[in-house]
Amino acid sequence: MGTAVLTIAVIAMLAGIGLSFASRRLPSDPGNLVEQVNDLLPQTQCAQCGYPGCRPYAAAVVENGAAINLCPPGGEETIRRLAELLGREAIALAESVVPSVAVIDESLCIGCTHCRNACPVDAIVGAHQLMHTVIESECTGCELCVAPCPVDCISMRPLA
Amino acid sequence: MSAPTYDLGTLHGGLRLPANKAASTSQPIFEAPIPKQLMLPITQHVGDPAQPVVGIGEHVLKGQLIAEPGQSLGAPIHASSSGTVIAIEAWPVSRRNGDNAPCIVIECDGKDEAIRSSDKQVDFTSLAPAELLSEILKGGIVGLGGAVFPTAQKLMQARTCEIDHLLLNGVECESYISCDDMLMRERAGEIVSGAQILMHALQISVCFIAIESDKPDAIRAIGDVLGEIQDDRIVLKQVPTIYPSGGEDQLVQLVTNREVPSGGLPSDVGCLVQNVGTAAAIHDWIINDEPLISRVTTVTGDGVVNPINVRARVGTTIADLVALAGGYTESAKQLIVGGPMTGKSITTDRVPLVKATNCILVSGETPDPGPEMPCIRCGDCASVCPVQLLPQQLFWYARADNEVKLREFGLMDCIECGCCDLVCPSHIPLTADFCVAKGRIQELEDEKARAVRARQRFEARNDRLERDKEQRDTELSQQKESAKQAGPSAIAEILRRKKLEKKDKD
Repeated sequence: MGTAVLTIAVIAMLAGIGLSFASRRLPSDPGNLVEQVNDLLPQTQCAQCGYPGCRPYAAAVVENGAAINLCPPGGEETIRRLAELLGREAIALAESVVPSVAVIDESLCIGCTHCRNACPVDAIVGAHQLMHTVIESECTGCELCVAPCPVDCISMRPLA
Repeated sequence: MSAPTYDLGTLHGGLRLPANKAASTSQPIFEAPIPKQLMLPITQHVGDPAQPVVGIGEHVLKGQLIAEPGQSLGAPIHASSSGTVIAIEAWPVSRRNGDNAPCIVIECDGKDEAIRSSDKQVDFTSLAPAELLSEILKGGIVGLGGAVFPTAQKLMQARTCEIDHLLLNGVECESYISCDDMLMRERAGEIVSGAQILMHALQISVCFIAIESDKPDAIRAIGDVLGEIQDDRIVLKQVPTIYPSGGEDQLVQLVTNREVPSGGLPSDVGCLVQNVGTAAAIHDWIINDEPLISRVTTVTGDGVVNPINVRARVGTTIADLVALAGGYTESAKQLIVGGPMTGKSITTDRVPLVKATNCILVSGETPDPGPEMPCIRCGDCASVCPVQLLPQQLFWYARADNEVKLREFGLMDCIECGCCDLVCPSHIPLTADFCVAKGRIQELEDEKARAVRARQRFEARNDRLERDKEQRDTELSQQKESAKQAGPSAIAEILRRKKLEKKDKD
């Protein structure tokens, strides 16, 4: 009888230690982890990683094991932080970009609103058939406005 | 003369530096002549650049407002003499180590004609504290100890806290600099008057004027004035001669024995610190109606012939001031704006004197400290650090770019005094490393803030698109519903009308 009680007690104690260790060291629930990864991403929403935005990429990294080196605007710093958070190895950036902002050549703009609709952070102002312009302080440099422009009046200017 | 009282608190670490002030204090403050041209940078303070309100070709008078403060933090700028604005252009400035920044350039006419505003209240005691603060804001007054924080805004911030002590900083602990010392000797009355104005603005009744014990003449001058005016709210405090006792937080600790918390301000412990020069500038503005358009600066070092203190107009070039001090000697090697410990080395003397310039140091031949060697963990740096940090630990983390550990070990509390550099037997440029690391942390913080804003905008946009879609959907279904209710005949009628419209067009 005494042996049985002791055995059960020892097993329970070991399980307790194991569980507390696991809760501290292993990643917690994936939903929360996606948010944590998303917090480390630069939120440019540029889709240069091949996913439609920062949060989808974060979800892909956590749930489908997507590579952590696909975010060019984040650069090496983001990779380092992601590697630290996820316990993965830091790898070189797949493709690097220079931080830049979009600039509209206002003399060529025809006011088609295509770029305005493409901007993920509402950093372009302008109305139908009126000149558009980029709010420089809000532009994340995602380049999503460049392709839709029918008159090719948008260029990317590197930040000093 | 009121008897000097001794300090209550003590300073951790610090260094006794050679003063090197005798040469520049041997003669009275020299009045600099009006220069041919004045270069007035639009950023001479912490905060947003001031916005020019004069045009090119416009004639301005001495003391006339030429640039207004920006939206948030800032101070106005006034013309230092009368003349014509000839350009608003980029010019080398000391703040950016000789790189260009926008300046308003005035060609002086030599008449030095001053502007006079008639509705000025001279009796400051009749003004409410808030009115007095907005008056001080208009004077373009900034902290003259070197930080150039707009004084009015510092006072406004302080008024939101429980302040009971005003500290006037006349410590001037860094080697070579003696402009505050000379100012206290020659203009003690104005400084004390400035203290009274500040006390009225803050509605407090305790003021300490702190002076380092190695400035007996200044102590005597201030003491004499205090004895004359019999204002027992103001007390003279002598603090030990040790660098950096003049640091804001260090001074609060020394004089009141209160410790400013990590990441905090002196106002968190009920203190407000102002430089003695700032107090004199406040007096000049409130009583004499002269905005901050000139300051006393020390031109010294082995590299100048005749070290002096000079009162010069803001905008005068440093080359002119060095010429007043007899020009460069043959041993002149390096031009530093500020003191030897915290100053900035610049490569051109074309930069103008600004509100922040307390010293122009032309150093001669300095012995080469030798190459940097590995840290031997002697701990000397930690024992001299006035903020009680562990520079040897911070050094590892700074080189490893470990931002988390740097914060944990209090890098952001480093006052960049340079004591650790000076004692390091391995000649490691610790302060320079810490400056870079601080810049890097600031950069990361800015990036993070940008990311947060981009995310907010992105999410707000998604919400808006979602809302628009929902609205369209409900409108469409409502239309469908109403058409259904109207019955098939109404639908047929609408279709017939549409057909007719189309035919008309064709």
